[in-house]
Amino acid sequence: MALSSKDLIGLEHMSQEEITLILDTADAFRAVFDRPVRKVPIMRGKTVVNLFFEPSTRTRISFELAEQRLSADIINFSASSSSLKKGETLRDTAENIAAMKIDMIVMRHSSPGAAQYLADVLDASVINAGDGPHEHPTQGLLDIMTMRHKLGSLEGKKITIIGDISHSRVARSNIYGLTKLGAEVTLCGPPTMVPGAMEQLGAKVEFDLKKAVRDADALNILRIQLERQSQMVFPSNREYALMFGIDEEVLRTTKPECFVMHPGPMNREVEISSAVADGPRQVILDQVTNGVAVRMAVIYLLSGGDPGSLAGRG
Amino acid sequence: MEFIQKNVIMTEKEVHRALTRVAHEIIEANRGTDDLILLGIQRRGVPLAALISDIIEKVENVKVPLGAIDITFYRDDLSTVGPAPRVAATEVPMDVTGKKVVLIDDVLYTGRTVRAAMDEIMDWGRPKIIQLAVVVDRGHRELPIRPDFVGKNVPTSQKEIIKVRVKEHDGCTEVVVGEGRA
Repeated sequence: MALSSKDLIGLEHMSQEEITLILDTADAFRAVFDRPVRKVPIMRGKTVVNLFFEPSTRTRISFELAEQRLSADIINFSASSSSLKKGETLRDTAENIAAMKIDMIVMRHSSPGAAQYLADVLDASVINAGDGPHEHPTQGLLDIMTMRHKLGSLEGKKITIIGDISHSRVARSNIYGLTKLGAEVTLCGPPTMVPGAMEQLGAKVEFDLKKAVRDADALNILRIQLERQSQMVFPSNREYALMFGIDEEVLRTTKPECFVMHPGPMNREVEISSAVADGPRQVILDQVTNGVAVRMAVIYLLSGGDPGSLAGRG
Repeated sequence: MEFIQKNVIMTEKEVHRALTRVAHEIIEANRGTDDLILLGIQRRGVPLAALISDIIEKVENVKVPLGAIDITFYRDDLSTVGPAPRVAATEVPMDVTGKKVVLIDDVLYTGRTVRAAMDEIMDWGRPKIIQLAVVVDRGHRELPIRPDFVGKNVPTSQKEIIKVRVKEHDGCTEVVVGEGRA
């Protein structure tokens, strides 16, 4: 079995089998990190362009590492130092890069649908590294990979996502991926951040934090986007921390084996207390490690040619 | 592609006899079992390596370190055949530097799998020597690679397909020859 598309735009249109294939392949790459040489030659001669129109540290480093560990050649591009400042359109920028004969583009962009648009106009594979509030599929996959390591199968498991759901591409990718694997997803946050319409995606909405965490197997705590605070979606950081922040007191009300995830960067003492962020129940750095493995898996699986028979390669 | 079986060319008994001889040859060529590591190539090389290790243990009373190697990420044909369906485990039991590594696979054909396996082992360290043991050598090499220990030489046409079956994956142990039909 192979992936059905040349691109990874989101988890919304992926099948359960495809997600499982990516996660299984990511496990194999994760094992490569424990070898003396943390690098394999499978992508030698392939060129990947990292096209970041929005600032990013972790995702970008993670993709770059993934590409290097596959032995791909890499070009990095960031919007601040580009011709976009001179008025070039996204399509022209991308087509010019594609004309230099590259195999894959990893793109982050502030507009939902930007990755899909590029995928439609280019022959090269496109990986969405976040398109506005729409999706961030590799983050969703690495979160699910981390949960799968802790929980085994996700079938029937209860995952609670807490925070600014309405602006969060991470939440969307999590919801799509988790529900496909059979998990029950609960969304929690202030009503200004958790639109009731999210229930249409197959998740439950619960505004009472105590109820939302009581039966959860895992908490995925989203970053409060302080830069959006000008829109006054909650009165103050302090009030948010009191009502929805995850601290040790909240964790005492959960199942003892319930663990805590955060996609980073964290606002300590706002959505997560330092005691929890550094405590025994968090798997935040596992998420970061798994992120590189998941991205290697996606890049590898998307870069095959015609997935024909492997018979007789002896 | 459908596999049409023509002949059984080695029965379970014959496979075991061949492996017993190969095990003895490995000990003889290496003057004992010091510094030996057996690495089976996924998937069928892995249970075959375990069988050889059992035989060596019976003869020499020594448990030789046993590992597995999956060559998927070292293949040279990603662009033409695409990603492999499932990647199996690579388990190298110890640092291979200075050791005598015996690679074990079911069939030696083009030599490309062995090339990939050797590159992978080099990334784990610098063995003193790498040797190759296979159940069947069917010819048609595309690289300058030769086996050190062979169960059976089977001249074939490129149209033919050789299958080594092992209990762990196929329910029985035997070697068959056949052809593919589209």
